[in-house]
Amino acid sequence: MRITSGLMIATILAAGSVSAQDDNTLSVEGETMISTTDAPSHMENVGTIYSGWHFRSSETQALQTDDFDNPGMIFVDQAIDEWDVVDGSAGKACASCHEDVAAFEGLRTQLPRVDDGQLVTMENLINECRTDRMGAEAWKYSGTDMTGMTALISLQSRGLPMNVAIDGDAADFWEKGKELYYTRVGQLDMACSNCHEDNYGVMIRADHLSQGQTNGFPTYRLKNDKLNSMHGRFKGCMANIRATPYKEGGDEFKALELYLASRGNGLSVESPSVRN
Amino acid sequence: MKLTRRDLMVMSAAGFAVTALPAFASLTDDEIAKITGGAEMGEGGITLTAPEIAENGNTVPIEVSAPGATMIAVFADGNPVPNVATFKFGALNPSQSASTRMRLAGTQDVIAIAQMADGSFHKASANVKVTIGGCGG
Amino acid sequence: MASGVKPRVKVPKKAAAGETITIKTLISHKMESGQHKDGDGNVIPRSIINRFTADFNGENVIDVTLEPAISTNPYFQFEAVVPEEGEFQFTWYDDDGSVYETAKKISVS
Repeated sequence: MRITSGLMIATILAAGSVSAQDDNTLSVEGETMISTTDAPSHMENVGTIYSGWHFRSSETQALQTDDFDNPGMIFVDQAIDEWDVVDGSAGKACASCHEDVAAFEGLRTQLPRVDDGQLVTMENLINECRTDRMGAEAWKYSGTDMTGMTALISLQSRGLPMNVAIDGDAADFWEKGKELYYTRVGQLDMACSNCHEDNYGVMIRADHLSQGQTNGFPTYRLKNDKLNSMHGRFKGCMANIRATPYKEGGDEFKALELYLASRGNGLSVESPSVRN
Repeated sequence: MKLTRRDLMVMSAAGFAVTALPAFASLTDDEIAKITGGAEMGEGGITLTAPEIAENGNTVPIEVSAPGATMIAVFADGNPVPNVATFKFGALNPSQSASTRMRLAGTQDVIAIAQMADGSFHKASANVKVTIGGCGG
Repeated sequence: MASGVKPRVKVPKKAAAGETITIKTLISHKMESGQHKDGDGNVIPRSIINRFTADFNGENVIDVTLEPAISTNPYFQFEAVVPEEGEFQFTWYDDDGSVYETAKKISVS
């Protein structure tokens, strides 16, 4: 239920240059992205979903339209090099089994998903390969190696609409994620929905609130000059409302990731996107 | 109605939190004088393109252009070190223009000085607002 | 030599003689400004790319002096006239003495 207190209305009116999301068209390297579309049927309070791209300044938006201008692509380059590097006791590189990374087209649209009763993210799959099949050490969940690789693999699905399953084996995880989304936490006593569902399009100080979609992750943030993972961002968000963040790669964030991905079903994968 | 912490935060959030550093203007003037030798600077003949509001001070795209110039020097008068970059153009450079991305420590003026082929100097400046984001900056 | 420093350039593969082309260049470099302190409160010394040059067949197109205010992963876009077939040479100079280079040939129709 959309709660708009008198104070919130006062803030909205007082903020002056409040700007809702724009209706520009996002075209990356000539390919048009689906960045605005009808909200999936499971969303009760939102009619249209918008990519985070629509909430950024025109200069930031421009950075994502060209693969040379996109600062996140440097890390994709590094991952391309990493693809061929032998690592671990099995003497293998990613390339030894997977040959061309282009074979991963479509994978990003389905993750996170349930494999053998477990909810798995792309980071889980990569580390599983590294530890079980390469005999290599697991990468840090949000370190530069991992974000570069998830960017490279996600890039293979760029343009394709997100399409995660929320029924069957995924149902319980999805319900848990949904509950987390709407639960207030922290010293500031806020839930994800308070900003990203009740107040997207509004300015919070000088930041333009988005719907908190995840179709562009890992995302290059101007703020820290690097690619940021989803769980890394969840952690930051929780710290901002002065809550103790859940663990990256832990059950809560994985469930939340599934629920958030489902709120973006229909939006094109934009990874690696550029945000503030 | 009970005034909650959240209400307080909401009430104080009306508007930008804009940082304006004390002007390092004299530092900048000194650096500019090193190039111009204190000579008068004309307006016009040089274009400086910068956003009115920078989404993040880390990466602010700018473009400078001065047809016929041999050199353009860029300064930021509110940064701890005002010098940003100096562009020297060769004969194979048809437009004497360049784009780059720079760091701004806070709201301030970006200043571009062009030295033309005849030795004269021209100046352009743009004020860029650098904001602090709401979600932890 | 700073680690992970990698140049990238975007130059058209061919042009008409005398045509003006747009060149984009990037180099992955942290550009440590010298304004930060480490955990112990000591200033982390400045360590940046301080100069970038682009030459065509040995003749200079642009020569940039960079200061710490240039963002991480220095990016430059500029134009060049291509009088004849040849090679663009791009060079970046690091505070620590390293020099990074890359070259791109261009053919002329």
